[in-house]
Amino acid sequence: MIPTLFLITVLVFLLVRFIPGDVIDMMLAQMSEQSGMGAELTADFLREAMGLDQPILTQYGRWMGFIPNADVDGEFKGVVQGYLGESLWKNKPVGTELLERLPVSVELGLISMITGWLLAMPIGIYSALRQDTALDYIGRSFAIIMLSVPGFWLATMVIVYPSILWGWTPSLEYLPLIKNPGGNLLQFLLPGFLMGTQMSGSLMRMIRTMVLEVMRQDYIRTAWSKGLAERTIIIRHALKNALMPVVTIAGMMLPMLIAGSVIMEQIFCLPGVGRLTFEALVQRDYPIISGINLVMATTVLIMNLVVDITYAWMDPRVQYR
Amino acid sequence: MADAPTATTIQATEIRKRRHPVVDFFIRMIKEKPLGTIGLIIVIVLLLVGIFAEVLAPYGYNEIILADRLDGPTIKHLLGCDNLGRDLLSRIIFGARISMIVALAGSSISTTVGFMVGAISGFLGGKYDMVVQRFVDAWMCFPGLVLYLIVMSILGPGLLQVILVLGVSMGLGGGSRVTRSAVIRIKEDVYFEAAKAIGVPTSRILIRHVLPNVLPIMIIGFSTGLGGFILAEASLSFLGFGIPPPVPSWGGMLSGTGRQYMLQAPWMALWPGLALAVVVYGVNMLGDAVRDLFDPRLRGGLGRYGAPQDKLQKLAEKKQAEAEKQRRSA
Repeated sequence: MIPTLFLITVLVFLLVRFIPGDVIDMMLAQMSEQSGMGAELTADFLREAMGLDQPILTQYGRWMGFIPNADVDGEFKGVVQGYLGESLWKNKPVGTELLERLPVSVELGLISMITGWLLAMPIGIYSALRQDTALDYIGRSFAIIMLSVPGFWLATMVIVYPSILWGWTPSLEYLPLIKNPGGNLLQFLLPGFLMGTQMSGSLMRMIRTMVLEVMRQDYIRTAWSKGLAERTIIIRHALKNALMPVVTIAGMMLPMLIAGSVIMEQIFCLPGVGRLTFEALVQRDYPIISGINLVMATTVLIMNLVVDITYAWMDPRVQYR
Repeated sequence: MADAPTATTIQATEIRKRRHPVVDFFIRMIKEKPLGTIGLIIVIVLLLVGIFAEVLAPYGYNEIILADRLDGPTIKHLLGCDNLGRDLLSRIIFGARISMIVALAGSSISTTVGFMVGAISGFLGGKYDMVVQRFVDAWMCFPGLVLYLIVMSILGPGLLQVILVLGVSMGLGGGSRVTRSAVIRIKEDVYFEAAKAIGVPTSRILIRHVLPNVLPIMIIGFSTGLGGFILAEASLSFLGFGIPPPVPSWGGMLSGTGRQYMLQAPWMALWPGLALAVVVYGVNMLGDAVRDLFDPRLRGGLGRYGAPQDKLQKLAEKKQAEAEKQRRSA
């Protein structure tokens, strides 16, 4: 856990510091064009301002907060102290920016999680219990179609075709939850539902595999030969065991959710973390990118830990040394 | 009833006739996995279209016919034209080549990287394994698409970059884990210990004993990964970080100008997405069938629910008749 966290910070840091020199030149061109500053804005100046003229270890130490940071009056202020740096373009701390965008992504994620599970559970379980029947094939086809149809295409179609056929377009302007709860919910339902159906594809397949595996276990055969009713076997014996590993998947869904939200937020113009990532990448706002990355990776890591702990707590057979 | 054969002996002797394993594999696929067969056909069509794109496409992929700008589907342009007057059918056909290359090359790289990292890590174990696994842990914490976006923005757009980025990062993440756990399991097997005990050199153990046993897992990984690569490339190109514009990528055709003209020419957005969906569907179905056929845990035997019961019956009768005949002749 701790070494992994350390490696994450190293990776985040290195990914962003591997910027080739010409990007500095690109920023230079962009900045001098926008600011009108000519002579005093040189590549060296920019590098110094960004602290890129220092040796790489010093840079890492500053970013992490192990070494006093010259940018913030020589204090120890870095990741360890909870300070993620400042945006290059917006003159705003990365942390504040992230916190502003987070609710949008969380709302989108929640809606899609709920839709995904509600769709996946019944179909996945049914399709496993009736393996290789017509309904199983339909269920599996649905799952694979959901995995195959690109989310961004589905979203584009949902925006384009209703507006051609009925002249209806989803609002492409963000409505805050507090000001306009109904409008906000309506606005989130469509992308959330799309992401959810997308997610339900892989979820359904995992549920199906798990149930299938459990249905072949000896204790299920014992239950059958005892003459228990199918309903009892499925609910009391099979599902209890099959759904436990599936819970762990809820944790692994997080990266998928994040990736989905990058695309959906882009298409539906929702100002969430995904859109922030995209904007920062286009503008090459590196402190924001490393900030977002660090937060995302850490969240995933913590999520995995939580999942492991719940798993051990739920299933007494699992023990961690 | 000593000579009445049980279901298991029938399965072992009658069903698995001795054929060349590859031929046997395809026959079983067609017999047992109708969806997998559909997938196989789609994949073969994709491969053929990709290979013979020049012959099949009526126009060049970047051939601009200004007079036909934004034309709907007509006989001259079966799928219509885009906002620059480029024939969409030709662009879809050349797009198939890009998808094919990305899927095959990416999946190969990812499988190779996954095997190298995973097998060595699992084989050596100890401190080396610890360090590598912590690194893989950290790598897997990054959400895929965001990671690809960042690396692509560093490397710059391009086909080669897309393949490398997707291949290496997917191999490091998922692939190496699966291979590692398989190798660790193999290490506890008797034949492995025997090979070690008689002093077979490490390289030979890896090639002769470990590789053949990991191979099914690698094939499953390769075939189930294909669809992911096609979709990841499309997503990257859609967001503008994948393959740069003049080259037609299905994802790229949906982005940028494609989206601006969508209301006037909805077919511009329709076809690439449809092509993507059909191909990824086929590839996924094929991957699934391959996994089901290779993974003994998922291989539905004759005793499975909804299995052809009459087939089992018939086989039992046939066996019994044979035994009867033998008894009579004896």
